[in-house]
Amino acid sequence: MNNINNKSKQPLMRTVKRAERSKMDILKLRIIAFVLALFAGGLFILLIGYNPAQLYGTIISGAFRSEMAIQATIKFMIPLLISALGITLAFKMKFWNIGAEGQIIMGAIFASYFALFHSNWPHFLLLLVMFVAGFIGGGLWGLIPAYFKSRFNTNETLFTLMLNYIALHVISFLRDGPWKDPGSSGFPKIARFNANAHIDKIFGVQFGWIIALILVVVLFIYIRNTKQGYEINVVGVSQATAKYSGMNVKKIILRTMILSGGICGITGMIQATGSDMTLAASVAGGVGFTAIIVAWLANLNPFGILMVSFLFSVLEKGSSVMQSTYGLSTYSASVLQGIILFFILGCEFYIRYKFVFRSKGGVK
Amino acid sequence: MNIFLNFLIASVLAGTPLLFGTIGEIMNEKAGHLNLGVEGMMAMGACAGFMAGFMSNNLLIALLAAFAAGMIGALIYAILTITFMADQNVTGLTLTIFGVGISNFFGEYMLVHSETNSLKLPEQITAQLSNINIPFLTDIPVIGPLLFNYNAFVYLGILTAILCGIYLNHTKLGLNVRAIGENPGAADAAGIKVTKLKYFNVMLGGGICGIGGAYCSMIINGGVWMSNSVNGMGWIAVALVIFASWSPTKAIFGSFVFGGFNILKYYFPKSIITIPNAFYDMLPFIITALVLVITSIRKSKENSQPASCGVNYFREER
Repeated sequence: MNNINNKSKQPLMRTVKRAERSKMDILKLRIIAFVLALFAGGLFILLIGYNPAQLYGTIISGAFRSEMAIQATIKFMIPLLISALGITLAFKMKFWNIGAEGQIIMGAIFASYFALFHSNWPHFLLLLVMFVAGFIGGGLWGLIPAYFKSRFNTNETLFTLMLNYIALHVISFLRDGPWKDPGSSGFPKIARFNANAHIDKIFGVQFGWIIALILVVVLFIYIRNTKQGYEINVVGVSQATAKYSGMNVKKIILRTMILSGGICGITGMIQATGSDMTLAASVAGGVGFTAIIVAWLANLNPFGILMVSFLFSVLEKGSSVMQSTYGLSTYSASVLQGIILFFILGCEFYIRYKFVFRSKGGVK
Repeated sequence: MNIFLNFLIASVLAGTPLLFGTIGEIMNEKAGHLNLGVEGMMAMGACAGFMAGFMSNNLLIALLAAFAAGMIGALIYAILTITFMADQNVTGLTLTIFGVGISNFFGEYMLVHSETNSLKLPEQITAQLSNINIPFLTDIPVIGPLLFNYNAFVYLGILTAILCGIYLNHTKLGLNVRAIGENPGAADAAGIKVTKLKYFNVMLGGGICGIGGAYCSMIINGGVWMSNSVNGMGWIAVALVIFASWSPTKAIFGSFVFGGFNILKYYFPKSIITIPNAFYDMLPFIITALVLVITSIRKSKENSQPASCGVNYFREER
């Protein structure tokens, strides 16, 4: 009797906190999750009637099969890496900056102004000015939601999101009106940048990759070893604690969002002058969203972001080869990325919690 | 006058997918889950609904498929955020990327494997989706076309909104859900099955989003499959929840107003003032941003987000 009573009160499965795991254990968990995700992705490929091993093989070989393929992979990686770094700063602060997309666009617009109308300036001065302009454009676009968040506690997730669409339509406004290329027939578009405004190539890839690598190191140090980085962490863990210890939370939010948006803005500048050679509406092209996944998968660690963004660009490049070989849509990359993150999100549970199942013999 | 009437009718048509998305998100948020995956769930519904209609030639099956697809998307979200307590923002975003990806992936897959390289809904369904004609009522001038001459989705949307309003405000189950959204710990202590109800509501919301997606793929492009037919509507819906102050019935009005913003550029008389198209396209997003700011400045307690929205509930930590 007693036994039955106990059984009905105890749930089949409950969740409890577990002792802290070691770094090694956490890494193992994530690797397991990643492998499981690859299996799940393989299952998906099987369902649509293809051989998973063959398709995965195509992705890898597609990304590395030639020098040109590797260069293309790196080209995918540059914007993803830089914007993921920018997002990391905001996310560390638990400021949900979904607006990287818009910040990239704004940075690109600001930088494009100089590429279009001051292309006669000395090459390196011009690039420097464009770099700074990109930073300012993205930074301002990040500052707007930060201001309202710190002042009125306005929901930043939705606000940054709306700013994405507004920025996108600013480009179409410029394209249809003031910046329209008079020489183009048919669809309106913005003129191609003068060669003087193109970013130089190093080892066959625009030197954005060097900027990206420098930023990885700088941000790693900034987050880990500077006072400002420490402040971001504290605000992220608890705003109350930050206030109590005398930090100016508002100022920290504003400053961090200028940096976060600014770094995303640099992405826009590099993408426009390094890859597109013009200001196109697709300058961000979803990178701002994928970068969020990258930052999260890397646990907001700059070197982790370097690895994950490399992995993701292999997926992107590989999926384009998959399209040309098997006629499968390049959206397969987003599907696989989604599956990977679903599994990693799930595995994070096991870092802090565990399930306890009802024991068969009732209460011990 | 005629232009104005046409504008109102077009607003309702453009607002209907938003209405479904908004109701779906309200169902999520009332249970304490800020689901940013609306866009993804709508995209999944769009693909499943269209393909099911395309293959079965049956509107009901198409709707059920769209509902089921939205629900499957919501199930992924529910498992991760309710059971595995993953971050709601990131999970929702991933669901959007995944949902849009898988929808476009299958869309292109079907396109490539079709004989004519295009996908068009069979006549029978397009006929069922054309505007309803109610004898006498439709013929009344002004009121007839304004109220009684839409496609079936529009009425389904309004009906869903009213039913969800009744569910949340006047049924025991709905009141329990709202209690969970405000304070899951207290609700749990009062004997409400928190986890079960959360799953139920999140999945119900996902299904409703899926139907909204089916509207996008089956009606907006005249029954021809296009990639990205949802095209940001899901995100506007998330913001519309605030505009509708978390009430399904207010969402009816809100989504039609926003539908109006979406199509204003086709109806605004060019003779008065010429504004570049880009500004019209920006309008819904600018207004949403303004609504966000204004509601946050006013900070009224009554019409605000459920208190526990965005925070996962861990039973053993109160």
